[in-house]
Amino acid sequence: MTTTSTGPRHTFKPPAARRSFVERWLAMIFLAPTLLGMALFTFLPIIGSLVLAFFRWDIISAPQFVGFANFASLAQDPTVRVSFLNTIVFVVVAVILQLGIALSLASMLQARMPSWLRVFLRSTFFFPLVLSAASVSIFMRYMFNEQFGVVNWLLSLVGIPAVPWLTSPAASAAVVVLVYVWQNFGFSFLLFLGALTNIPKELHEAANLDGATGWKQFSNVTLPLISPTVLVASVMAIISALQVFDQPYVLTNGGPGDSTRTAVMVIFESAFQQLEFGEASAIGLVLTVLILAVTALQFRLSRRFVFYQ
Amino acid sequence: MSSQTLHTGTKEHTGSTTGTPATRKHYRNRRLPAAATVGRYTALAVAAALTLGPVLWTLSTSLRTPSESFNLPPSFLPINPDFTAYQEVFKQINVGLLVLNSALVTGLIALGQMASATLAGYAFARLDFRGKNAIFSLVLATMMVPVQVTIVPVFMLIRGMGLSDTLLALILPAIPTAFGTFLMRQYFLGLPNDFAEAAALDGAGPWRIFRSVYVPLAVPGMAIVGILAFNFHWNEFFRPLILTISEQNFTLPLGLVTLQGNLGTGSISVVLAGVILSMLPALVVFIFGQRTLREGLTAGASK
Repeated sequence: MTTTSTGPRHTFKPPAARRSFVERWLAMIFLAPTLLGMALFTFLPIIGSLVLAFFRWDIISAPQFVGFANFASLAQDPTVRVSFLNTIVFVVVAVILQLGIALSLASMLQARMPSWLRVFLRSTFFFPLVLSAASVSIFMRYMFNEQFGVVNWLLSLVGIPAVPWLTSPAASAAVVVLVYVWQNFGFSFLLFLGALTNIPKELHEAANLDGATGWKQFSNVTLPLISPTVLVASVMAIISALQVFDQPYVLTNGGPGDSTRTAVMVIFESAFQQLEFGEASAIGLVLTVLILAVTALQFRLSRRFVFYQ
Repeated sequence: MSSQTLHTGTKEHTGSTTGTPATRKHYRNRRLPAAATVGRYTALAVAAALTLGPVLWTLSTSLRTPSESFNLPPSFLPINPDFTAYQEVFKQINVGLLVLNSALVTGLIALGQMASATLAGYAFARLDFRGKNAIFSLVLATMMVPVQVTIVPVFMLIRGMGLSDTLLALILPAIPTAFGTFLMRQYFLGLPNDFAEAAALDGAGPWRIFRSVYVPLAVPGMAIVGILAFNFHWNEFFRPLILTISEQNFTLPLGLVTLQGNLGTGSISVVLAGVILSMLPALVVFIFGQRTLREGLTAGASK
């Protein structure tokens, strides 16, 4: 593509200097939509957020410099503190469940089975991913209804009394996790399925000859081989779980009390309900730092623990 | 867990199951796979039922009459379908307008992303310019910034541009795409260089090489970007919730959540009918574009 030519017929090519001049201009034109768009809708807002976090502003009156007060209120405001704690607990539980379910199902799909069955199961586990989190939360909210919900009806069949799924703090937190994992395990499942399918068959056969079967083979042969994928899948799952909003907003609106309120819900509420734009920006920045920390940790861990072929 | 235990190590041995320690070892090898197979199929069946069950319940309940929609026992299969709920949902909300808004927003975002990502991806993959790697890293870095962090300034920017409460407020900020650019760059890097060299020998300039040689070859990559954008923005809830105010600018997910808020638990089947209607485009994507969607979704993890 550049000035290195292979053929003998140099004469047909435009002069190298002219070519690279044209290319540079073309590159600038090609990049313009993306770069200008990002400058306007990503970089400028990031700077805006950084500035806004040090101000109190309700859009109506003039912004007022408050120093670190917005960050201090994060530590003091009980709602904000609880929401961050909720988010962290949510991330830990949801990610472990999501990865555990996804990895188990992906490994089970490696067994010998008719190919129509494998395709059917793969499509099934993938399906919730194409639905909207809002729609899913709408029908799940009916399913977990205390009086007429399907879940309590099923439980009643085995003699379990009705659970107040959406009105007790612990149960509603569990519902948010379950609904989130129901919709998202398919993504990790796809990643694991790809990684497992790429393992050469000979490695399993060799392990079998050496007597390593079942769990032993899985933990000593399979898991090290897919460790890069496990790491990537974990980080992607953590980052997306840190941003959970749709499910708690539709299912419980953060309640009862603050039991299912998440960090992003607090950003939404302080900005667009309480008109505390500065505080919302500060919370957003803390969330970003968390996400960057997880990403940085990924690079650290990948150097130490991950086995690359 | 592992499949191969099923087929190796047991072939030659069909003897009795009692006796020396050696044969007992074989006995274990023979029995374990059988139990494991039953366990595996049970687990897979339960997982499939738990995944499909809620969707089937939603479909069959939407096909019950509104008055009996919350009666127990629930229905999981649509026997005696009743379409009252589907007529009712059109009376309750302006389904046509919601679909139109969602289609406009999603379609224009998808087209905008396909165009801008193709151009930028091509520049990063096949054009020479100063600072290429630095600029590309900068583009990739924007993937780390969650939308929730930029939403407050974006909201103000949109207000300043006089676009608040318009569909453009949803469309414009979503068009620059780091992930799409990354995908298209990978796609162009995967295409052979020979075509460009041959075209250059024929006297084609950089633009002609892009337009006539590489764009036609990049259509499958563009389809991935388009389908991913469609799937994501058709289902999007957070940005529309903030950036649209009046109901005439609502997209489908927002309209449905509002409908649930208005109807409460009065007539479930009406709300669920709306949910099923909103799923139809996703279902089309799922049936016809599943492979493309799978490739796109997993592409980011395999850099």
